[in-house]
Amino acid sequence: MSNTIEELEKQFQEKIDNEIKIEPKDWMPDDYRKNLIRQMSQHAHSEVIGMQPEGNWITRAPSLRAKKILLAKIQDEAGHGLYLYSAAETLGVSRDQFIQWLHEGKAKYSSIFNYPTLNWADMGAIGWLVDGAAIVNQVSLQKTSYGPYARAMVRICKEESFHQRQGYEIMAKMMAGTKEQQQMAQDALNRFWWPSLMMFGPHDSDSSRSSLALKWKIKRETNDTLRKRFIDKTIPQAEFIGLKVPDPDAVLQPDGSYKTGSIDWDEFWNVVKGNGPCNKQRLDHHKRAHDHGRWVREACIAFSEKQDKRKAIAK
Amino acid sequence: MNTNLFKYCLRLGDNSLILGHRLAEYCSYGPYLEEDISITNTSLDLIGQAEAILKYAALVENAERTADDLAYRRPEIEFYNVQLVEQPNGNFAHLIARQFFIDAFNFYLYSALKESTDNTIASIAAKSLKEVTYHLRRSSEWVIRLGDGTSESKIKMQEAINDFWLYTFEMFEMDEVDEELITKAITVDLKPIQDLWNKKVDEILVMATLTRPEDGYMATGSRKGYHSEHLGYILAEMQYLPRAYPTAKW
Repeated sequence: MSNTIEELEKQFQEKIDNEIKIEPKDWMPDDYRKNLIRQMSQHAHSEVIGMQPEGNWITRAPSLRAKKILLAKIQDEAGHGLYLYSAAETLGVSRDQFIQWLHEGKAKYSSIFNYPTLNWADMGAIGWLVDGAAIVNQVSLQKTSYGPYARAMVRICKEESFHQRQGYEIMAKMMAGTKEQQQMAQDALNRFWWPSLMMFGPHDSDSSRSSLALKWKIKRETNDTLRKRFIDKTIPQAEFIGLKVPDPDAVLQPDGSYKTGSIDWDEFWNVVKGNGPCNKQRLDHHKRAHDHGRWVREACIAFSEKQDKRKAIAK
Repeated sequence: MNTNLFKYCLRLGDNSLILGHRLAEYCSYGPYLEEDISITNTSLDLIGQAEAILKYAALVENAERTADDLAYRRPEIEFYNVQLVEQPNGNFAHLIARQFFIDAFNFYLYSALKESTDNTIASIAAKSLKEVTYHLRRSSEWVIRLGDGTSESKIKMQEAINDFWLYTFEMFEMDEVDEELITKAITVDLKPIQDLWNKKVDEILVMATLTRPEDGYMATGSRKGYHSEHLGYILAEMQYLPRAYPTAKW
């Protein structure tokens, strides 16, 4: 029996509507595949590029405990990158291809990692705000319609909640510390607050891809819904340890939620387009590491081929 | 305080701490993602080992210093790590050569130290040995893979082995610290460890189709706190926050 495209699309949408996961060998519309390839590879690249701003502080972590936690966290992030590349590869694109697209500027990563980490409290701010924003998004993505992506998210969410707690712990410790430490913590919040809110993407009214992604349940909730959830959760956490979000218009409303000032979308689009403080640095670093590793990867292949030949001769 | 035991703990702890620092510098610079994870993981193991041993050193010293004080407030001259571990990362072959030399040493040393009459040393050695066994397997496999890979990787691996050879002798140097602790069976004679190390290195180099370098000038001095120029920069970076904000708690 041959199905027409219309019939296949209908069956596909029925599955989505009935919360049946789409698996790699299932039929899917080209645009669904493309949308997932874009989103999952962007997610994977974000985990990997995210190693750089945090890696910037491992050698200066101020205690052995802090150093161990930071190392463990960065190792987790690299692991998340690995799950996500593997999950994305089920869509028929190799990791090499994903990396090539990243280097050519055809694939993006989260713009938050194009901001520099300037003091130790930034390790707190990244864990608390950046991983905090990521969790809000990723908890929602645990129910995404593509099976391998949803399963990767379940595993990632468990580790991210540990990351957020350790980030908040750094901030709380610094706010309970000396005046200089408090200044560092407030400075980190000042720099990371707005970029964290931008992590959820443009307003729903300006998000061109959102409606299709929602119909296909790749995204389960809109950018603004998720952003609001993050804001309402985070402002009280800041106040609890004596920090103030850098938004003079933030006001608590009678229903317990917060009304906030407007986001500078010019800055957002500028950074997305490559004009952030560290866009060039992050990408150059990744390219350089990849180029310097070429001879190592070639050696692995050559060695493995030699081993295969030796085994064949031995037989 | 048993000064010799204190110094001995610093030796072990500083080896792990400084090598963990060097590996951390390589974070996000691996040849591919799996290897990045592996390098970060090895760094984490080493910092964990350093913390355990430096905690014990602080206890032995009994001078109200913590493991963090020992890591973050000592000057270069009071660090006793071998100079091998402070050598810069260079290329990936250098990273592997340095790792292989110290892993092989740690493997045989910790295998012996788990029988130490000092219970804390014995238990730290037993725990570390599980990690070090894996580290040695990994670095040995890399020496073989790079040595017997392409002609380019063979040249690079051989150069790295040659470049770091002069730092391998120091691991086996013994002084009055060892003399006292060997008598008490807290630690062991390093001569048999050196024989095992030599055998292992020869075995892996043969498998890797590489050549064992000739002994030339062999670096010395770390047992007395004399190091290469690199250690000062490592400590300047590592100790920056605790030294810049001496009253802050992190």
